[in-house]
Amino acid sequence: MIPELGNFSLILAFCLASLMVVIPMAGAVTNNQLWMSLCRPLSSGIWVFMILSFACLAYAFLQDDFSVNYVARNSNSLLPDRYKFAAVWGGHEGSLLLWVLILASWSYAVSLFSKNLPLDILARVLSVMGIITVGFLLFMLLTSNPFERTLLNTPLDGVDLNPLLQDFGLIVHPPFLYMGYVGFSVAFAFAIAALLSGRLDAAWARWTRPWTNAAWAFLTVGIALGSWWAYYELGWGGWWFWDPVENVSFMPWLVGTALIHSLAVTEKRGVFKSWTVLLAIAAFSLSLLGAFIVRSGVLTSVHAFAVDPARGMVLLTIMLIVIGASLLLYAIRAPVVKGSASYTLTSREVFLLINNIILVVATAAVLLGTLYPLIHEAIYGEANRVSIGPPYFNTIFVPLMGLLAFVLGVGTFSRWKKTSVSYLKQQLSKILIASLAFGIIIPVVVTSEVNISAIVAVVLALWIVFASAKDIFDKTSNKQNFIKGLKALSLSYYGMQLAHLGMAVTILGICLTSHYSVERDVRLAPGESEIIGDYEFIFEGATLVQGPNYQADRAVIRVLRKGEEYITLEPEKRLYFATGAVQTEAGINVGLFRDLFTALGDERGGGSWVVRIHYKPFVLWIWLGAFLMAFGGILAVMDKRYRSKKTVAQAELVNSANVNSTPKLATET
Amino acid sequence: MTAPRKQRMAIVGFIVAGSAVAIGLVLFALSEGINVFYTPTEVAQGAVPTGQNFRIGGMVKTGSLRTGELEGTLVEFLTTDCAIDIPVSFTGVLPDLFREGQGVVADGYIDSNGVFQASQILAKHDENYMSAESVAAMEASGATCDP
Amino acid sequence: MNKRVLLLIPGVFFILMIGLLLFGLGRDPNMVPSALVNRPLPEFSLPDLVNTDVVIASQDLTGGGVLIINFWATWCPPCHIEHPYLVEISEREQDLTFIGVNYKDDLEDARLFLEEKGTPFEKVIVDLDGSLGIDFGLAGAPETFIVDSFGMIRYRHVGVINHQIWQETFEPVISRIK
Repeated sequence: MIPELGNFSLILAFCLASLMVVIPMAGAVTNNQLWMSLCRPLSSGIWVFMILSFACLAYAFLQDDFSVNYVARNSNSLLPDRYKFAAVWGGHEGSLLLWVLILASWSYAVSLFSKNLPLDILARVLSVMGIITVGFLLFMLLTSNPFERTLLNTPLDGVDLNPLLQDFGLIVHPPFLYMGYVGFSVAFAFAIAALLSGRLDAAWARWTRPWTNAAWAFLTVGIALGSWWAYYELGWGGWWFWDPVENVSFMPWLVGTALIHSLAVTEKRGVFKSWTVLLAIAAFSLSLLGAFIVRSGVLTSVHAFAVDPARGMVLLTIMLIVIGASLLLYAIRAPVVKGSASYTLTSREVFLLINNIILVVATAAVLLGTLYPLIHEAIYGEANRVSIGPPYFNTIFVPLMGLLAFVLGVGTFSRWKKTSVSYLKQQLSKILIASLAFGIIIPVVVTSEVNISAIVAVVLALWIVFASAKDIFDKTSNKQNFIKGLKALSLSYYGMQLAHLGMAVTILGICLTSHYSVERDVRLAPGESEIIGDYEFIFEGATLVQGPNYQADRAVIRVLRKGEEYITLEPEKRLYFATGAVQTEAGINVGLFRDLFTALGDERGGGSWVVRIHYKPFVLWIWLGAFLMAFGGILAVMDKRYRSKKTVAQAELVNSANVNSTPKLATET
Repeated sequence: MTAPRKQRMAIVGFIVAGSAVAIGLVLFALSEGINVFYTPTEVAQGAVPTGQNFRIGGMVKTGSLRTGELEGTLVEFLTTDCAIDIPVSFTGVLPDLFREGQGVVADGYIDSNGVFQASQILAKHDENYMSAESVAAMEASGATCDP
Repeated sequence: MNKRVLLLIPGVFFILMIGLLLFGLGRDPNMVPSALVNRPLPEFSLPDLVNTDVVIASQDLTGGGVLIINFWATWCPPCHIEHPYLVEISEREQDLTFIGVNYKDDLEDARLFLEEKGTPFEKVIVDLDGSLGIDFGLAGAPETFIVDSFGMIRYRHVGVINHQIWQETFEPVISRIK
């Protein structure tokens, strides 16, 4: 009965979502207050039924109801309960359910925090989100219903969850990632609502900013968790593989980063409106592209779902309707700004524009690299299969991110409208000297070798850190004392600085771990050892151990530091009973300045094993930086000025002050 | 030329120069990062010049895997599409799903002795999790030939 | 120039991408590219299964009509599955010439197999060492090639042939080259 209840609430949610598409939108067009006000109860209704539906599926998993096909394919009676719960989103259908649940949650959140929002805008926003909900619910009900059952010949036990996914990382990674992906639908819906109403103004940018920041922060955490999970779960010691599935999560992030910067310009100065709207559409479009690529099998990868072209067709249709219509609307309604600039070449506007260009070029390069195998086949015929490896992405990414870091430092000191070049020079010269000096001296002294790439990375990271620090000191210098000055700064200012600091930390982590890692894959017999720097890894042999649903070869590796007993690492190689799949569990000692990474390779006779032993300096900083960025995003969301009515009026004032950049709508010839 | 117009020209110039650099970078990077995929038969037919990097896909020939008796972490095996066997040499850790009689994809190049020197080995993942190339190369041969 | 036209650029780019993705969906993930499609039949002269003293050469086969060349072996389970259908289709399609290539097989087993189950083939070529398989760029068995009356290879199919595959992929190719 429970699965039927889940299915039934799914259908009810679909009906309510259909109503939410039509009624509030019709109300907004005809200016009917009652119809418009229905959007709030409708969105909460959808949310309640989606929660119910999700709970039913989770219940089916926890009760081992293998008559539900999806449960039978993704669970097993031996699976520990926490993984049974996580298995709800371990396959295509369930993860789609989570996707729609999160979409409903964002819609509900918008309706909850909408007190400052004009009713007609809220009605349009929720109606647009309703369209997306309807599309995905229809997709789920028609092609991928998680509640489908086999009542005759019910399997006695399930196939089991893919062992790669039986891990804490899987429990938290997809929800965060989807919160990010789907969260961009809010910025998208606001953009569409603004285009429809013709009120594309600074107030629109203000409403959009906190939602975009929140989605971006979730996506940042989601990507970081995914990368961290790959690091300790795949057992290769790598943390980013430029795999298509990673790329499709990274592209919305890059565009989202551009969007939060360009929204700042649009809110404060009322310019770049068309560009900002386009970015808002693009960020969500790339999220949809991600859903398509992962679920259609066009480009399969390590973590893609099972291939089914029929699903691909439906998703492509949804994309075509949603994105196609919005781009058409964009072409018709987006403002064409009359070409007289109210800012100069060295203004903050231009530096943020450069930031946007770099990020968009980076996105385009990743998109090209991801789709290139398809393009190649389309041009040269199916006989020509190619794959694009990490060298392509690294060659493009490293210089672009270097440039971005440099511009970030300069942009920190720039002012809106106009910044004099001499002022910038005066502000930056000391920072430049300091970051160059420390950036060269520190790595050379610590490692006593000259590694140009590492030096460049340290210089750039210090450049960002020094620039932020100097800016904070400058901003507090006119107050009576430093503490009072700090208190006077806004939360969103701290958010920005923290996110930029996070960027510096991630750059350091990536570059230092890439250049200074020591990676040894060695064959060790019991008692043999390998020495890396101060650490000696002694292989004590591997023994067979039993887990709840697997058995494993567990190695004991004693680590000595400077000759003294330090820690013991126990990497495992697991064989899962139900699927017969083999899975590596790395043994890692995490530290702020270095990780000791060990993984068990394959047995090579006589009790000897190939063992991966890596010494990875600063690898933790990659994810630490990402969490700082996300935390910065959250701080910006919490800034109280997004909730007070006074600032809304101010924003409208800013907007009307910039007469020369107000939109000229479709009338222009 | 008025000041704002000059400004606009400068911005346009920056965008043009920037995209030119970006396109150049992309083309260069493409030539570096691209890996063409070949089957052992195509390799035997001389489709790939010696020394060029490419991807080979096939099955691990049963009984061909040599590990324990070799030095250190060296591995040697034959990859086959049941018509042609190509010897592969690799130093390092084999992936979890690497087995004799199973599919394999390797990155590397053919040396002067005709041995494929692999820099990376990818094994066929279970049916839900495999690369497009391995699907193509293996599903066709996998069920029907006995390596 | 009307600046609004510029706003159409994202839309155009998007449509191009949709086209590409559609292409990606449409392609057959099981399709194995063959360097031989649209090339002439490789030259060979190999023994006949019925009487290994008789030699069949490539030029003996071409010039008549459309050839269906099927690589098979008794050690190949899918070949057993597709065999009855091949027999049925060869009886129905009288104007097509079915040629079998017995691939890396035991000849006695192969003869027995055809005797028991009937033969769809006009001639069966023996490819004991797999050299013809190499020339055809074979990935396994069964594989089936369509060769037109000029001796050009027009299509390669990997895996079992059944009614649906015959209707959906073979018939269009054959009617196109006839």
